[in-house]
Amino acid sequence: MSGSIPASPTVDAVGPAAAAAPRVTAPLSPTREAWRRFRKHRLAVVSLVMLGLMVFGVVAGPLIWPVPIDAIDFSAMLQGSSWAHPCGTDNLGQDLLARLIYGGRISMAVGVAAMLVAVCVGVVVGAVAGTASGRIDAALMWITDVFLSLPQIPLLLLLIYFFRPALRAVLGELGGVFVVIVVVIGGLRWMPLARLVRAQFLSLREKEFVEAARALGASRMRLIVRHILPNALGPVLVAGTIEVATAIILESTLSFLGLGFPLDVPSWGRMLFDSEDYLQIAPHWALFPGMAIFLAVLSINFIGDGLRDALDPRRVI
Amino acid sequence: MSRSYIVRRLLLAIPSVLAITVILYTVLALAPGDPLGELTTNPNVPLAVQAALRAKFGLDDPIWQRYFHWLAAMLQGDWGFSFASQENVETLIMQRLPVSLILFGCSELLAILVAVPVGVLAAARPYSLFDQVANTLAFIGFSLPTFFTGLLMIVLFSIKLNWLPFVFRSDLNVTGWAWWWAEFKQSVMPVLVLGLALGASLVRYVRSSMLDVIRLDYVTTARSKGIGGRRVMLRHVVRNGLIPVVTLVAVQLPVIFGGTIITEQIFRVPGIGSLLIASVLNNDTPVVMGVTFVYACLVVLFNLIADLLYVWLDPRIAYR
Repeated sequence: MSGSIPASPTVDAVGPAAAAAPRVTAPLSPTREAWRRFRKHRLAVVSLVMLGLMVFGVVAGPLIWPVPIDAIDFSAMLQGSSWAHPCGTDNLGQDLLARLIYGGRISMAVGVAAMLVAVCVGVVVGAVAGTASGRIDAALMWITDVFLSLPQIPLLLLLIYFFRPALRAVLGELGGVFVVIVVVIGGLRWMPLARLVRAQFLSLREKEFVEAARALGASRMRLIVRHILPNALGPVLVAGTIEVATAIILESTLSFLGLGFPLDVPSWGRMLFDSEDYLQIAPHWALFPGMAIFLAVLSINFIGDGLRDALDPRRVI
Repeated sequence: MSRSYIVRRLLLAIPSVLAITVILYTVLALAPGDPLGELTTNPNVPLAVQAALRAKFGLDDPIWQRYFHWLAAMLQGDWGFSFASQENVETLIMQRLPVSLILFGCSELLAILVAVPVGVLAAARPYSLFDQVANTLAFIGFSLPTFFTGLLMIVLFSIKLNWLPFVFRSDLNVTGWAWWWAEFKQSVMPVLVLGLALGASLVRYVRSSMLDVIRLDYVTTARSKGIGGRRVMLRHVVRNGLIPVVTLVAVQLPVIFGGTIITEQIFRVPGIGSLLIASVLNNDTPVVMGVTFVYACLVVLFNLIADLLYVWLDPRIAYR
């Protein structure tokens, strides 16, 4: 596919030879080469802009829209969109836009933090399994397989049900729930990453450049950290991006089932949970947080797809 | 397929089930406040029952002994009884399991019926307009959380159009064709929500699996022999390309169960998913443990079936 598409302006600038066989001879840095491939995925670029706007919105939102999330106003209950409340109000007359901004902060923070947990565990397990072949590898992969066949949502519910009260007592309402949700989601999502990293390690450690480094006397640790790991990071980045979307969905699911964040913390899932009883009279209450989850997840998935095209060229058909 | 392979694969499933029970029990044991012991301090439970329970669960024994007691009780079908309804956990689960399995089966069927033709057509002309539209729709499909599609459908079909009931009832007081019709009407939305979510992720699997096969030499050979494009696709590509999809369906399962739980919860389908949520909200530990265990067993069972099917469908796989 890439051969038939006319080279982009950046490639033309470096000469006709590069345009003819860009992947082999283009004297572009790997980052710019990846960006060039990423830009070809139009939906991914659109998604990047959309996600950027959403992130900006939830970070800078309170400055632009300084309405408190818990200002109860019984004269404006369950109203639709208006100039005073662009996204309407809920059953207590609280402003939904302010709550959406707040909820977005939580959802995105949970997504990124849970992804980091999953990536850290996955990379460590995968790297150890991929380097130490033999029994350790077999044992780690067996554990990975067992974790893969655990029913995720039931176990997630079980863990949250057991551990939320204790951590809430230690870390406070918001902090305790946040830590439980992040650790549990991350702890149940590292397995695909571990398999991916192990597969990368198994193929990379047989490559000539690793052999050369080993011949020059590099220690095992140095081989892993300086030579193998950086080359395995592309697919990890792709999987990690998509993991953010999965974590956002899982967190919203928990909150939607009434088992995630408490009542006074309006995460997007929690808002949907609260709106469920008012669908008949106030469908807008469910629509806005639902669309927010959908758009965030969709754009992250598309960005992940674009990154796959950019960083994992073997997958491009 | 040799019989020894089946036996070996069955034996391999046992350690995974055991490992899952160990994980479940570890969670239970690590949980603060001794959840099963809760019953023994509950003032509503008679003292004699309390003592019997403490002895039965061996609450004062070392942890590994308690695990084996618990495991033995689970294996004998003695799963304790629900705090909330004072019924045996296994009866409670058995009452609700069929509904869940039917919902799951219908949705999976719908997903396959949608995903296989779309995936094959998309792979037949990669990067065509149809492929791009299908790919984009698939992305939208698996980015839409099931709880949101469920609520949207309720707003559209139940509230705005008033076509379908949004509460699933197990006590329909009609018989004959009217019963089938009512049952159909109340199942449409749950099956659609779940089936389309499953189908969306399946489309991409089917497509990439087909593209893997299309590149193989024997397909080129078939084409160069002059067999028509449609016939090559249906007789040569699809038949081999669908084999990996069988495994992928099984691998997806642990994630899919999440979808069934949410769907059951939104539409109030009386399956084990809604039972799980209700028990979690009621602090009904024995039921929570029981349902989680059932889900874990279902995953292992379906993985087993997928592995056996795979070897049966594809004799090239060596039975190790």
